[in-house]
Formats: sequence, structure tokens, C-alpha cells
Amino acid sequence: MRLTLKIWRQPDAATAGAMHTYDVDDISSDMSFLEMLDVLNEQLNAKGEEPIAFDSDCREGICGMCGLMINGEAHGPVTTTTCQLHMRSFTDGETITVEPWRADAFPVIKDLVVDRGAFDRIIQSGGYISVNTGAAPDAHAMPVPKDHADRAFDVATCIGCGACVAACPNGSASLFVGAKITHLGELPQGQAERDTRVVSMTAQHDHEGFGGCTNIGECAAACPKEIPLDVISQLNRDLRTALRHGH
Amino acid sequence: MTDMPDTTNTFDPSHVAESPHASDDAAGYYTPGDPVRDTKAPGGPIDEKWDTRQFEARIANPANRRRLSVIVVGTGLAGASAAATLGEAGYVVKSFCYQDSPRRAHSIAAQGGINAAKNYKGDGDSVYRLFYDTIKGGDYRSRESNVYRLSQVSRNIIDQCVAQGVPFAREYGGLLDNRSFGGVQVSRTFYARGQTGQQLLIGAYQALERQVAAGTVKTYTRHEMVELITIEGADGVRRARGIIVRDMVTGEIETYFADVVVLASGGYGNVFFLSTNAMGCNVTATWRAHRKGAYMANPCYTQIHPTCIPVSGTHQSKLTLMSESLRNDGRIWVPKNAEDVTKDPREIPEEDRDYYLERIYPSFGNLVPRDIASRQAKNMCDEGRGVGPEVEGVRRGVYLDFAEPIERLGRDAIEEKYGNLFDMYAQITGEDPYTSPMRIYPAVHYVMGGLWVDYDLQSSIPGLFVTGEANFSDHGANRLGASALMQGLADGYFVLPNTIRDYLAEGPFDKIPTDHPAVVEAQQSVQARIEHFMTNKGTRSVDSYHRELGNIMWEYCGMERTEDGLKKAIDLIRTLRDDFSRNVKVLGTAESMNQSLERAGRVADFLELGELMCIDALNRRESCGGHFRGESQTEEGEALRHDDQYAYVAAWEWAGEGEKPVLHKEDLVYEFVEMKQRSYK
Repeated sequence: MRLTLKIWRQPDAATAGAMHTYDVDDISSDMSFLEMLDVLNEQLNAKGEEPIAFDSDCREGICGMCGLMINGEAHGPVTTTTCQLHMRSFTDGETITVEPWRADAFPVIKDLVVDRGAFDRIIQSGGYISVNTGAAPDAHAMPVPKDHADRAFDVATCIGCGACVAACPNGSASLFVGAKITHLGELPQGQAERDTRVVSMTAQHDHEGFGGCTNIGECAAACPKEIPLDVISQLNRDLRTALRHGH
Repeated sequence: MTDMPDTTNTFDPSHVAESPHASDDAAGYYTPGDPVRDTKAPGGPIDEKWDTRQFEARIANPANRRRLSVIVVGTGLAGASAAATLGEAGYVVKSFCYQDSPRRAHSIAAQGGINAAKNYKGDGDSVYRLFYDTIKGGDYRSRESNVYRLSQVSRNIIDQCVAQGVPFAREYGGLLDNRSFGGVQVSRTFYARGQTGQQLLIGAYQALERQVAAGTVKTYTRHEMVELITIEGADGVRRARGIIVRDMVTGEIETYFADVVVLASGGYGNVFFLSTNAMGCNVTATWRAHRKGAYMANPCYTQIHPTCIPVSGTHQSKLTLMSESLRNDGRIWVPKNAEDVTKDPREIPEEDRDYYLERIYPSFGNLVPRDIASRQAKNMCDEGRGVGPEVEGVRRGVYLDFAEPIERLGRDAIEEKYGNLFDMYAQITGEDPYTSPMRIYPAVHYVMGGLWVDYDLQSSIPGLFVTGEANFSDHGANRLGASALMQGLADGYFVLPNTIRDYLAEGPFDKIPTDHPAVVEAQQSVQARIEHFMTNKGTRSVDSYHRELGNIMWEYCGMERTEDGLKKAIDLIRTLRDDFSRNVKVLGTAESMNQSLERAGRVADFLELGELMCIDALNRRESCGGHFRGESQTEEGEALRHDDQYAYVAAWEWAGEGEKPVLHKEDLVYEFVEMKQRSYK
């Protein structure tokens, strides 16, 4: 297939960027979206033009490194990661717009690459259970009801890609924070720090410049791992409880 | 998940090869060196060695620890767990990764599970049984002392991860569920649906970020190690004392010093270009250390996984693995006649199908071990009976057919068992595996080879420790399923923190002036390399070289290796390397993010590693584990080991550019397990 690509190019964080138009031909419908960009980059390289920078690593939908706004949608038209989006989802002759994640808290580094360090800092603020290596009791010492373990797992599958933020009109990371609060809050091991965790993770979220949640739901619709919107309700509930406890 | 048959119990004396005369296929390609041996594992009964070592290893005074610094390169299971644990112990830790966050390291992609000798099922598992299975599974090419310890600490890993909040699968009673996996008779595999690696890594990542918050660990993301710094101390010992990294955002070359350096930088499967590794996985950190004196052990030991989604075209950038549990129910076949390969498989009548594994191995059928299943798939395709798209003249795919089990068990039962795998297949190929057979083909998945380490996980360079897939230590010539995660976390949480303290007890070492000649020399060599790429003005892209190297490796150093093929490969690689250095084209600038430049450095190192892998494979004229030499097989075409000649670890020393590598042999002595030959018929 033959495609016209409108791609955001920006040399670095300090310089203004702009959309550039490229044509690619002979794109097979079996290619992944990123392989299509690989083809374009080989073309640019051959012409002496610098290839387009974009992030990707595992290319099997689990590391969370890739992420592009494709035709205005985070990760494109299918509910999956950009690396698992295939060209069969597009039609011959189509014009495709490709942009980086757009959010104040994710500054552009170059072209389609953004800095998601804010997510790491949110985890640093409390997204863990405090247990040193070697200090753990036997794994069977504390049974966990299966439905709790299953819910914890379902929300722990978050890959930290940032699509929720990119999709949200407010640039909120509430789905990301809610997923971690719910994961650890569902487990008995996570109870001791439950109040302090939600208070400090929420504070860090706001400090990083992410917006507030107004229950729009774009985040859950864009999430490649289908983290449900109710983790945000859980987040709010846990926060209210913590505040009531005097935190 | 997969109930692979135990294939190593049958002892057939005809398989114990009495080699007529010692062969030296690699003569002319290497220089023989002195033997090497591990001096750290204590003597005595195998179940007491680790306790003894932990007691004998010195402890760095707690008050002194905040003056002792550790660099950890890599944030996968082996790196993040080590950095977190060392931070908890109070050392000053610097953690480096090339990704934008430590959470993205490729451990995250492991699907199946993690083994531990918990015996929660009461089915007869024990530390000794896990040890025995791992030694046997490694085809008797690993070190007994290391493997026993791995098996011992496997139990602590599960406790630690559960305490961190890793959501392992549970039974209705609330206790942990287990399954049987990869050819063992007991259920010892803990799992978190098909995403065990992800959940374990997030656990280790969170522990790491907790230490960042505590101020003991500083993380450097988007920083790639490009050189190791070794410095000769006043005592005349040359020690690893730091690394040079490139800040991948600014392009700045930065130097970091420490009392000890830990490499947890993963495996080098991407030397094959196409593999199940992540795009960024590379050998640079370990290869740079190798060039500074760290021995590279058994580099030819590669694991090729039989059930991956086949290559669909020349644009392909990576291969995706599907759990081999699929072979429990699916039947593997190709058309009997080459003229049928383009037909709709559903139209091919039963009598025109060749269920070749069931035909060749009637008792094990589709459940033969990974290496056999992989090699036979290649044979079928080489015969011209492969299916799927033609890529570079050959159809590389075989059918994995679920029509019969769907008919017998119903679609719901199959969906319940394999639903997520079927969905993944459909997403990637656009085909529906419920109505038409899947196509599969083997792909490079894991490397057992890596930097040589002793029982303390210290390399041949004092002060350089190596953990996880980056070292060679525990899997011999073949790794069992669900053992990679176990080894990564064993090394990082429990082994390294207890052995590194013995080394650190000698520190802190002298402060190094930034204008030390060894530092300046290392910095200049890094700058010169970058300068070379940026000013080369060649005509070919980095990726085109990487692809070509991958084709050479896959063809001649892949599933089956022969003397002629390997010698040819070495010539081809040398020619390609020469062309690469003259003709590679890197655009952009070195002073900003430049992904072509990053790849150029990695491919340059792969081009050197590839040659060493071929030399190692050439030297080892036996078939063992994942290494199959065409010259060493039984009359039935089965792998044939030569314990009389090759029961050793091949530890290669870098001798300089253009020089022949030096081979140091570490003899493998089996005191506790008897060596046996595999048989599958």
C-alpha cells in the first residue's frame, strides 16, 4: 500500500517543532506500524535525511516504551500498543498523522520521543510495599482471596506507556495512579501503607503537572491493557479514607 | 505449562561416545591458554556450600557502607533486584539503563513462570530435585555448586515477591497456584497469568524506586554503557573501577567511578538480528568488559524456541514467541508434497499431510524437547515443504493445527486454555487460528553463554560482577523453561548481595583522579569510535549490516552447525565487519539523541561477538543442549555429546584486535550427579 505520513519533527526540547509530510510505498499490510516507520527511516537514511526518532523496545506490547498519537488517537485506531498495531488497520492511499504524546508532564525530547520520568517519580513517592530483601515471611503465611488476587493482577498489568495521559483532555494520570493504588490496596501486604501511599502519590501526581480527573473516560478507552475506569473511583475512595484518618 | 516428557532418564550406553581421536576443528582460529577454575565455592557437601560461603564472605562494616559505591548496569530482574538490595544494605548505588525507565527492561516480556522448590503441592519436589533437573536439562554443561545454590534460594524468591505484592495466580483457598512446565514431573512453576516476567519486574522496579526515594540509589535512564574502566591499584591488581556512558538524550559522554561494577545487561540474542529479544537488547556492556579482560564463556550456547510466529517479510524487525504449551494439544505438520505448500491447508486431505514429529518420534510426538522440534521444522522447510509467505526464496513455517482438539474438546475448552495466545496470533498475523491452522517457526530466544563468573559471580576482572542472562553460570548448554526468571532474581536478591560484600570489605579503594591515564585513554577511545561513525560518510545503513550479520549467524551458527559452515561464516563476518567499518552511514549529530549512532555501536560489537560465537561452536565438536553439530549425531540423527573431550566450560579471553582469542578451559567435575545421554525415541 501507499501512504502519506504527516509526522511531528522536533530537533530537541528547546526548539520548536512542525509537521512534515512523507510518502511511503510498498507497505505490506502485515507490517506493524513501527516497521512501517522503520521502512520510512531507511528511505530517509538513503536520501541523506536524518531518520525520525521514536521509542520502541520489546515490540510485543508489554514494555510500554512505544506510544504515538496516530490520527489523533493514543496508539491509533485499535485497542493495543503502537507496536502491535498493524498496517492492515489502514487503507491504501490514506493520510496518517503521527504525533508524540501531548501532555505538559511529558515534554518532547526529540521528534516523537517524550520524557515520561514523571511516572517513575510517582512510583518513588509510594508505589511500593516497604519490605527489604530477606525480610519476607513464607509465601503461604498469608492467604489472599482469589478475587482480590485476580483484581490486583488485572490492574497490575498497567505498562506505564502514558496513553491514558495522552488521551485525557486534562492530561491527567489518574488511571495510572489509580491502577497502582488498587493493585497494592487489594492485597493484605499493601494495607500498612495504604493511607500514606494514596496521599503521597496523589500529591506527586499533581506536583508533576498532570491535570485533575473529570470522569471523561478517554483514558480507559485508550488503555492498551484495558485498565478499568473504576480504579479512579478506588483512588478517590482511598484518598477520602486517608484524609478522614487525618493524613 | 508444558508437560514435556522427561527425556534424559534412559541410559543408552551406545550414546556414550568413545571419540576415536581428539579433534581440534578450531585450530588456527584460537590460542590455547591456561585452565581456569572457580576458587570461591567451598568444599564439603553440596548442601552446605552456600551456607559456608555466606559465613566466610566478609561483611563490610555498616558504618562504612555509605562510603562504598556500586555501579549496576541494567535494570531487568537481575539488575533492579541487585540495585534495590544493595541500596537497602546501605551502599551508594548508581543504576543505569538504556530505556526511558527501569521498568521496561526485557525481563518484562517473560510469559510462562518462575520455578521454585517449594513443594507446596506435596508432589515430591525438593531443592535436590530442582538442582538435578537443572543440571540434566543443561545437558551436563553447568557447574554443580552454582546450580545447587540457585535451587536453594529459589524458595526465598517467592517469599520476597509475594511480600512485595506480586499478584501470583492463586487457588480459591487463597494459596498460591503452581503448574508443571517444560519437561519436569512436578508442579513447581509459580505464575501470574501469561505475564509473570512483567509482574516480577514491576516488583523489583518498585523496590528499586523505593530506594531512589530513600536516597541510596540514583537511577540514570537513557544512559548506555559504552566502556568499562579498569585501573591498576597500588597493590598491582587491575580492578574494574567505573564505566563510561553516553547520555542518549544529550549525547554527552560521562564517566562514573565506583568501588565495584555489576553488569546485569542481559543476553546477546540480537546478534541474530531477528530474535524474541527487545529491539535495544545488546552485547555492548559485556563485550566492552570482555575486551578489557573479562572472559566470555560458552558464547555459542543459544536457545532456539520452536513456537514463534514466523517471519512474514523482509521488513520484519522482531519475532514474537508463543508459549510452547501450545504443543500439548496442537499437532504439527507440513504437506507431504512440495506442490501443496501454497494450498489452503484445510483443503489438504489427511493422507497428504506429514505429521513429521509424530512420524519420526512416535513415543514423544509433538512434545519432543525444544531443540529437536526446532531442528526438524528447519529440515522440513529446507526440503521445500515449508508453508506461509516466501521470504528470500524459502517458506519458513510449519502448521500447528488445532482442528482435531477443537473437534474433540470443543472450542470453549481450547479458548479457556489458549485464548490469549490465539488472540495474540490473530492480532499479529490477521488470521483466525480457530478456523485455520497456525503457522510457527523457531526463533532465537535466550543465550546460555555469557561472561565467565566464579561462585561469587565475579568475572575474571576483580571488581566486575555479572548477574542474570549476562553471565554464563547456571544453565549449561540449555535452559529449562521458567528458570531464567529464577536465576535473574536469585542472583540479584540473594546471591550477589552476599558475595559482593566480601570484595567490598577491602574497600573503599583509592579515589581516582579524573585525569588518570587509564581514564583518559578510555574516554578517548569512546570519542574516537563515535567520531568514526559520524564522519564515515558511508553508503549503507546500520540496520542493513545488522540484518546481514543476522542472516549469516542464523544460517551457519543457528540450529545446526557444521565445520564447513562455521568456517565460511567466520570469513563472511570478517568481510562484513571490514565493510561495516568503511561503509556504514550514520546521519545526524553525536551531540543529541541519535538512534542510528546508538545502533552503530551495538552492531560493531555484535560483529566481533558473532565471530567468537562461530569459533566457540567450531571448537566444540559435539552436540549438547542448544548446540547441535552436524558431525556429532547418532545414526538416527540425535544429538551426541562427547563427555570425554568437552565436559568443560570454554572461557575465551580477548587477545586484541585481529588477534586470535585465547581459550581457557574450566573442567566440569560432577561429584553429585551422574552424567547421562538424552534419548527421545
